[in-house]
Amino acid sequence: MWTWFHKLSSPPHFYRLSGTMIPWFGWLAAALIIPSLYAGLALAPADYQQGDGFRIIYVHVPSAMLSLFVYMFMATAAAIGMIWRMKLAHAVAVACAPIGASFTFLALATGSIWGKPMWGTWWAWDARLTAELILLFLYLGYMGLRAAIDDTNRADRASAILALVGVVNVPIVHYSVTWWNSLHQASTLLKKGGPSIPPDMAIPLYGMILGFLCFFGAVSLTRVKREVLVREQNSKWVKDMVTSK
Amino acid sequence: MQTPGMLDAGWALLVRDIKLGYRRIGELANPLVFFLVVATLFPLATSPERELLMEIGPGIVWVAALLSSVLALDTLYRSDMDDGTMEQMALSPQPLAWLLLVKTVAHWLVSGLPLVILAPLVAQAFFLPAEAGPTMVASLALGTPTLSLIGSIGAALTAGLRRGGALVAMLVLPLSMPILIFGARATDLAMDGLDVTGPLNLLAAIMFLALSLGPIAAAAAIRVSLD
Repeated sequence: MWTWFHKLSSPPHFYRLSGTMIPWFGWLAAALIIPSLYAGLALAPADYQQGDGFRIIYVHVPSAMLSLFVYMFMATAAAIGMIWRMKLAHAVAVACAPIGASFTFLALATGSIWGKPMWGTWWAWDARLTAELILLFLYLGYMGLRAAIDDTNRADRASAILALVGVVNVPIVHYSVTWWNSLHQASTLLKKGGPSIPPDMAIPLYGMILGFLCFFGAVSLTRVKREVLVREQNSKWVKDMVTSK
Repeated sequence: MQTPGMLDAGWALLVRDIKLGYRRIGELANPLVFFLVVATLFPLATSPERELLMEIGPGIVWVAALLSSVLALDTLYRSDMDDGTMEQMALSPQPLAWLLLVKTVAHWLVSGLPLVILAPLVAQAFFLPAEAGPTMVASLALGTPTLSLIGSIGAALTAGLRRGGALVAMLVLPLSMPILIFGARATDLAMDGLDVTGPLNLLAAIMFLALSLGPIAAAAAIRVSLD
């Protein structure tokens, strides 16, 4: 059962596998995002309160979800790298951080653009906004720590510890700011008794979320592939691959 | 040769670190002076009005405490890293996490505790009502150990780096925000004469969580830094 796991952790095998998987993820992302975006921006009815302004939800919600998902993904990869000393897992964690930070930034930026007409302000010291901002700081701290350590192996393990400490802390941060202050609406998709959003608005949203996931898959695999190449630059298989072309 | 037990080793290390702390009294006083200076800056930057200062007082005391605890982190592991003591500790039969916990406790006793004692003075300068004083001291007494414990992870991660100062702040400050929120809220509630057990219990809970998991993470980080 563990053979596939060991096989996956071998850099040349992963390099080839990711090479075949990236187009799949990429085309799937395009096939999901383009129709969903059309459905969301053109076909879905306007909101009775917010008019067409609500349509930014189709970028805002997927990026906010991905910002948290990528952090958990990154921390899981870091934990696997720490526990099984798997170098590939560290490469995955490294590759994820800037993507996660970008999603976090996108969620904050779209939220801010949405907030200006609806709440009348670009920014509010609200629980969810603040928690998202702190998440951005965590990503930046992670990348800052990596950048400060020259040795790759040490940087891997140090940043993995930081990512794991962050995981313990994220729920605490989340609840502390929730109890502190709240203006942002509660979740409409994930709640008891089904989503409180009509299907013709919701289906494009689900499509966008899945599309963003596939996009993350394609981008992260591309970055991991590059990271593997940089790390394995002195190995035989990379030399063979480069010289054979 | 018989190795000392965990408690003996811990006690010896605690006494050593406190002695070392008091022999470098200047280094020790810096974060405290910094705490007072930061607190002084706020009335100058905003306005010396009594109502405004009363309102922002608890927050300022907490922000100043947080910043001075980050400033004090630099002295936590650096000298032991530089002279090789830390390697001996990592090689010793005692668990490294336990030794680091003792070091962090000693660090709090010489840098955090004086801050807790000094805080009522600053509270007075910000015209906080007398009945809020005990709550503020209690919240600082529960919160500053957590700041030291979280900070010890950050200090351990950056212990091997030549210039860790700004980086430590970037790693530690986002993780410290819950303590800031609950600590300042407890004082706020006390000023309004409301029940403060909620935030104080939460501060205590976070402190015990940091007490149990923090040293393990710090030990793992020190082992990475020693490589």
